[in-house]
Amino acid sequence: MGILEVQNVNKRFGGLQALDNVNLDVEEGSIHAIIGPNGAGKSTLLNCFVGRLVPDTGTVMFNGNSLLGIKPHEINQLGVSRVFQTPEIFTDLSVLENVMIATFAHRDGAFKLNAIDPVRKEVDIRDHAEATLLDVGLQDKRNMVASSMSRGDKRRLEMAMCLSQDPKLLLLDEPTAGMARADTNRTIDLLKELAEKRKLTKVIIEHDMHVVFSLAQKISVLAQGHVIVEDTPENIKGHPKVREAYLGEAQV
Amino acid sequence: MTNAIFPSKANDRLLMIFFIIVVLAGPIILAPFGAGYPDLLQRFAIFGIFAIGFNILFGLTGYLSFGHAAFLGVGSYSAVWMLKLLSMNVIPAIILGVVISGLFALVIGYVSLRRSGIYFSILTLAFAQMSYNLAYSVFTPITNGETGLQILLDDPRVLDGGTKPGELPLTNLFGIPMNATQKVEFLGMTLQFNFGFYFCAVILILAFYLSLRIFRSPFGLMLRAVKTNQNRLNYTGVNTRPYTLAAFVISGMYAGLAGSLLASMDPLAGAERMQWTASGEVVLMVILGGAGTLLGPVLGAGFIKYFENIFSKINDNVLHSWFAFMPDGLENVMVTLVHPFVGKGWHLTLGLLFMAIVIFLPGGLMEGFNRIWRKITSKRETATSDTSSDAASTPAE
Amino acid sequence: MDAILLQILNGLDKGSAYALIALGLTLIFGTLGVVNFAHGALFMIGAFCAVVLQKILTLQKVVLDNENLTAWGTPSEIKTPYAEIWFGDFGAKLIDYSVPVSILLAIPVMLIVGFTMERGLIKHFYKRPHADQILVTFGLAIVLQEIVKAFFGANPIPQPAPEALRSSVDIGVMLGFAENAIIYPVWRLIYFVFAALIIGAVFAFLQFTTFGMVVRAGMADRETVGLLGINIDRRFTLMFGLAAAVTGVAGVMYTPILPPNYHMGMDFLVLCFVVVVVGGMGSLPGAVAAGFLLGILESFASMNEIKSILPGIDQIIIYLVAVVILLTRPRGLLGRKGVMEE
Repeated sequence: MGILEVQNVNKRFGGLQALDNVNLDVEEGSIHAIIGPNGAGKSTLLNCFVGRLVPDTGTVMFNGNSLLGIKPHEINQLGVSRVFQTPEIFTDLSVLENVMIATFAHRDGAFKLNAIDPVRKEVDIRDHAEATLLDVGLQDKRNMVASSMSRGDKRRLEMAMCLSQDPKLLLLDEPTAGMARADTNRTIDLLKELAEKRKLTKVIIEHDMHVVFSLAQKISVLAQGHVIVEDTPENIKGHPKVREAYLGEAQV
Repeated sequence: MTNAIFPSKANDRLLMIFFIIVVLAGPIILAPFGAGYPDLLQRFAIFGIFAIGFNILFGLTGYLSFGHAAFLGVGSYSAVWMLKLLSMNVIPAIILGVVISGLFALVIGYVSLRRSGIYFSILTLAFAQMSYNLAYSVFTPITNGETGLQILLDDPRVLDGGTKPGELPLTNLFGIPMNATQKVEFLGMTLQFNFGFYFCAVILILAFYLSLRIFRSPFGLMLRAVKTNQNRLNYTGVNTRPYTLAAFVISGMYAGLAGSLLASMDPLAGAERMQWTASGEVVLMVILGGAGTLLGPVLGAGFIKYFENIFSKINDNVLHSWFAFMPDGLENVMVTLVHPFVGKGWHLTLGLLFMAIVIFLPGGLMEGFNRIWRKITSKRETATSDTSSDAASTPAE
Repeated sequence: MDAILLQILNGLDKGSAYALIALGLTLIFGTLGVVNFAHGALFMIGAFCAVVLQKILTLQKVVLDNENLTAWGTPSEIKTPYAEIWFGDFGAKLIDYSVPVSILLAIPVMLIVGFTMERGLIKHFYKRPHADQILVTFGLAIVLQEIVKAFFGANPIPQPAPEALRSSVDIGVMLGFAENAIIYPVWRLIYFVFAALIIGAVFAFLQFTTFGMVVRAGMADRETVGLLGINIDRRFTLMFGLAAAVTGVAGVMYTPILPPNYHMGMDFLVLCFVVVVVGGMGSLPGAVAAGFLLGILESFASMNEIKSILPGIDQIIIYLVAVVILLTRPRGLLGRKGVMEE
């Protein structure tokens, strides 16, 4: 029994079968990567986990709860956080405020009318947010306006927001897309470090094989909407089906 | 500089003290500008409240409502009814005005907030126009149509009716009439200390204090997050709808409070208070002062009400006295040139001023002050060769 | 049946005006991405073009007639418009037809107003938030209407339709209904036909000319078209002028139906924004369809039979429809996804 169980999920957009009977079983505490060529349905699948899309058929169970038909904020409150492909942050607010908002949402739930006591009295929230910023290495930039940061830092910030919520499951959509090699390596280190420190489950969608093979314990290969192979990195490397799917795209 | 992004308690206390002093000294400060008379001072305070409330919605969440005058109107009508039925004491009138407009805002907000952007604006506009049109037609028994709702001699006034036959009673607070005014001669000016104004001023101070608390609270932080990135907020586990609805209802209640205060100062209510141009006016006030700032809306409200009252009263005689020092020919030319912008033409000035603000100073008057302030402080900093500057921008006060 | 037809006809003239204004509004919004709150003012300026021309044409030469004395014993005055003195019968006809003739004045005036507005103000607001665009054009609208008020006063100035077109026709008889069942003023019929022609012309222009094709492409994806090296800006300026002209002539022709006053622009603007949103922001066919639809619905709602069941419905019908449409079809009748939602 995994923490995230996906069974027989189908999704069709007009004439395109975006997801074709997808099955997935993510073990608690593991890093599970989903790879596949462009248009294989990776992002569609991820969108089904966070309430952005509802599959036509099939089930998505997280920790014994169905994730289908409930709203994004409800899914988050169950313990699922998502890092987007292009960083989604509160650009007008400071870095610390960004993380504190996430921490508030974790502590107070989806809605709490707390309109009288000032934020500055919320010492616990603030300490927790600063500790998380320390984890991702943004502690020196906490007073910066989020929009003025580099792309890499924005993604770290988004990760800090997710981590501050102590999620049970962290979904990362191409966390190194568009990054230079050095930045990519820093992100890999960060994710590794976090995996050791916090026993949280991660599902990573990634293009960069280097990232996938240095992080994942298990890899599912998606092609044309369905999972062709699910195995450990060692076994995936030489798998003929994977070669076929990726023919000419990357050296596996 | 760890505290930079969260204004300290001392900082806020200073702001409050400054605000209280300025408001309470209003009759003295404004007398030299010809604005020290009770009627106008009351309007400053009342529309200040209206704008503060509107700013809680628009300034924090970015939702641009074009229908807030409806809540002001509903507040006025409710208050006048209370004055007619129960008592000339303004307290029940104000309570009913706030409650009714809050309920009204709850219904309209619940429906309108299902959409965002310009669709939200049009929905609020549609609701307000419906209220306005209905107040003129079908609801005439409640609103008294075009004449407007007024207090009458034969109103029941269960608590204090029939005290003085043959004379319309005055609105009061536990017996002290709102129009009680103490005149003081001071440096050749007549200062007028009016009870009604001080009543409004105290409420304005309370309203400002509440908005300060909201701005600094986690709730306020969430509202600013709504403005920046609603999508992220949803994926962060926050249900944005109740937050925006709460902001909408709070600002609707502020509008109702302002409306019932208008009725408490002068016990009548007309449908024109609900027209969309009136909704547009509060938008102007907030933008002019600076949306999302604490003091801006009050400043903007004061500015517009001042211009409305002072500019619209300038006629050709006043102009001739202004330019009397010039040779006759030149004097007439100047009067002709200025004439279209004052008196009945003051709207023209308002329109031009408004365009100028949006074009050159999108952050409103507060941004202008901040720019000047930064220039002064940066000069001082370079003088003391202190180069430490803070990257985080504090939300302007 | 004839009662229903009558209401549809009654709704047509208002519907035509809504459709024309909404069309201009959508052209501007769709091409430039600007929410123009000064658009109602363009309608008003158009209407005042008719007022100006009428004033010019009826400038009178006053001759004292010493033979006919008035009751006061002073010579009576014979007033003759210069137009008649100089052009005789043709001049008299010109005065009679001053409203349609005003179109000739309105088109260049509106084009100039449109170009000036776009180059002088609007173009600086392409990249600013929609709220800023709304506010600055709102300010401009106030300024324009105050200027008109300063020149022409606050009272409506009636503009007669040409005498030959002031009568009514019995449409009912033509369609085989009883006599006098459907009496309809000729001018309103003309307004409808005129609106239909203008709308047809705009659509044909966008559909069949290269210029129109580029503009349509720009409406769909401005950036890409810009990347193709096409000078989109100049075309958009022209588009703004065109939208202003369409709205202006709509105002000219509407003057016999509604005597122009300085605040007519604002009155129509609010309604036309509702029309545009109901039709779907950025959709030209949507704007036209919604304009006619709401005009006709409004006239149905003012039938006594309906008012007796739902009192006050005629006052709120347009807004009510807007609310229902926005809640059930968030993008309006024919709107595209993702327009103006951020």
